[in-house]
Amino acid sequence: MTSIASIAAPSQVGFNVRRIREDFPILRQTVHGKPLVYLDNAATAQKPRAVLDALIAYYSEDNANVHRGVHLLSERATQAFEDARATVRRFINAASTREIVFTRNATEGINLVAQTFGRTRLGPGDEVVISAMEHHSNIVPWQMVCQEKGASLRVIPITDEGALQLEEYERLLGPHTRLVSIVHLSNVLGTINPVQQMIATAHRRGVPVLVDGSQAAHHMMVDVQALDADFYVFTGHKLYGPTGIGVLYGKERLLEEMPPYQGGGDMISSVTFEKTTYNALPYKFEAGTPNIAGAVGLAAAVDYVTAIGMDAVTAHERELLAYGTAALSGVPGLTLIGTAPEKASVLSFVMDGVHPHDIGTVVDQEGVAIRTGHHCAQPLMQRLGIPATARASLALYNTREEIDALVAALHKVRELFT
Amino acid sequence: MTDRGAPVSDLRELYQEVILDHNRRPRNFRAMEGANRHAEGYNPLCGDRLSLYLQVEDGVIKDASFQGSGCAISKASASMMTDSVKGKALSEARDMFEQFHQMVTGNADPLAHPERLGKLAVFEGVRNYPVRVKCASLAWHTLRSAVDAANEVVEVVSTEAE
Repeated sequence: MTSIASIAAPSQVGFNVRRIREDFPILRQTVHGKPLVYLDNAATAQKPRAVLDALIAYYSEDNANVHRGVHLLSERATQAFEDARATVRRFINAASTREIVFTRNATEGINLVAQTFGRTRLGPGDEVVISAMEHHSNIVPWQMVCQEKGASLRVIPITDEGALQLEEYERLLGPHTRLVSIVHLSNVLGTINPVQQMIATAHRRGVPVLVDGSQAAHHMMVDVQALDADFYVFTGHKLYGPTGIGVLYGKERLLEEMPPYQGGGDMISSVTFEKTTYNALPYKFEAGTPNIAGAVGLAAAVDYVTAIGMDAVTAHERELLAYGTAALSGVPGLTLIGTAPEKASVLSFVMDGVHPHDIGTVVDQEGVAIRTGHHCAQPLMQRLGIPATARASLALYNTREEIDALVAALHKVRELFT
Repeated sequence: MTDRGAPVSDLRELYQEVILDHNRRPRNFRAMEGANRHAEGYNPLCGDRLSLYLQVEDGVIKDASFQGSGCAISKASASMMTDSVKGKALSEARDMFEQFHQMVTGNADPLAHPERLGKLAVFEGVRNYPVRVKCASLAWHTLRSAVDAANEVVEVVSTEAE
């Protein structure tokens, strides 16, 4: 087995964070008179010029509707859109472009599966297994379909450090389990869940698994075939792409069996008032004019990250996370939330006697953008017994100096409130 | 380098010493036995929660107290509000709500009528921090709910749409 160091080392040589930062125009600004330190990447990432250029080029040169015109622009737009699908397929190593459905975001991907797969597979007494660290987007869609079908949610508990209790997970998988839907990388805790192992466990009992990769796809290599995931969702805007474009990967066999999600143009092959025949995959799930420019921008983002090398990105962020963990631990009265052994890119914390909201306002005045609040994970906050956290989250363009700026700002927080 | 942020403002304008003091040692921070008005405030955006208790006799607020969790601004606001409405008629409390609300949303100049809000004018700085306006006004929305209720009614006050 090759060691992690030997995989990461060659690509690390070419990783120059100063050069990378120059690719992101938005980072060259000051806020409140201080250089912008953008550490809210788990909410959304900034966009490299390659993505902005791709959007401008698409709208300046190729814009037309897809899959219907015989004219040249429509052909070019269709080509660009389908090329983007092929790029995404390669990025996550799906077996076929028929398995790549473009959505608005990860949330829509989960809702699509809940409303099609869920509604046809779930019945009274059936169960969907999720975890205590899910984002609301991987809770509410299942609650909605469970309520309608008389099914129920079962929740995998977590340890105080923020790791899943896997023996409890095995216990929860029973004769009534119809689906497991689990986050790959927690947006609050940074925990990387052992999804490959969890999928294997579920599959031994014939249970399919959806993985919410919203926070994972831009931090680590994702190979949906190696994972053997039945569904994998992620969003473009956290992956340095535009907002409004996301991806649902689904195994072709499952997607074939599922009814359409929305009706409309593009998802049909023929329509009469008596009967409609649905289009082939993936178009069956893409009703209406899609976000063509968004897909083109997402492909540009994937190309950008791929050119840098996902291994190099992972290694850079891992090094920064270790640096940040040590630096934050040195701030008096600060407690890190989420200290699972396997984690990435997220530093959630609370400070004695200071509400996260006040932390957010004070560090913003120092130019440092972090997120504060419940992070759309209220059940997790309840489990942890805290109303909110402050969260710094990392991207490939962040630096040690930016972590230092955060720590300096946190010292100002202490000064003000103690 | 461009700077798109608001003009540099001193954090002390927002976090005045009085506010920091009320945050550290909130006044009237207790549940009230024998309260005859009670309202619940909740800001779904940040999770701040507030229980407000009033003892009202003959249309006058005899006592006010609160419990809950929230940021410095919301805690200090509740602390100073409960202090300042004691002894006030319900109609005066409604008036104070209006004035406070106008001040923190930037629709009124507290210096125009300094006597009306008194010490509460320390919250003026909040108007320069639009995302924090809700923190300052949560307690006051909850107060209005308690004041308007004829009986003991528990209401959830959402200030999300403010």
